[in-house]
Amino acid sequence: MKQRFPRHQKMTIVHGILSIVLIIDIVQLWLLIATMNSYLGGDSGVPLPALIFSCICLLLNLGLLRFLYKLDRTAN
Amino acid sequence: MLISSAFSAGQFWILFKNWQRNQAAAPPAQKIANLADIPVGGMLLFRYPNEHEPCILVRPDENTLVAYSQKCTHLSCAVIPNVAENKIVCPCHQGYFSLDEGRPLAGPPQHPLPRIHVEVQGDEVFATSVELRSI
Repeated sequence: MKQRFPRHQKMTIVHGILSIVLIIDIVQLWLLIATMNSYLGGDSGVPLPALIFSCICLLLNLGLLRFLYKLDRTAN
Repeated sequence: MLISSAFSAGQFWILFKNWQRNQAAAPPAQKIANLADIPVGGMLLFRYPNEHEPCILVRPDENTLVAYSQKCTHLSCAVIPNVAENKIVCPCHQGYFSLDEGRPLAGPPQHPLPRIHVEVQGDEVFATSVELRSI
């Protein structure tokens, strides 16, 4: 069932998605810094789990982007 | 999206460099000095595994030898052992490490000093490997 949102509701959804994307990006940035810090300190067990989690964050962002495209297409 | 991809690519790069480091062969054993050259309570400077890595060998007592990288894990200043107080001091920012294990005791350093494993064969002291530690 396709839902059609009025414009002001769509903007609210877009703003919400952008906020979530921003949070995910900040988490990824922190993760990258922590991984680099541990790598430089000699810890070899951190990079692989960090990469897996970073890829999960990337997939989440991709999913949110796909949702945005779908949202835009329902208007047309 | 692009930023997220860039962060993921960065994580992949770190993983690749980590794998490269693990694949690298262990440095060969290198003679540091004769045991008689190191007085009890004294220290010796040497370079291992290459010319760019200054290290210290300390003999706190007759039967103990400990060796560490001389680069402070804070900002790479040259650390100085203080055998009387059982500490290694970084004079740049007043960082302190334990002489026994090279672990940070006080000051800015957060990571222990890389440990150089040494072996005594007869009267000769050899550096055999470097142990990087994060905690």
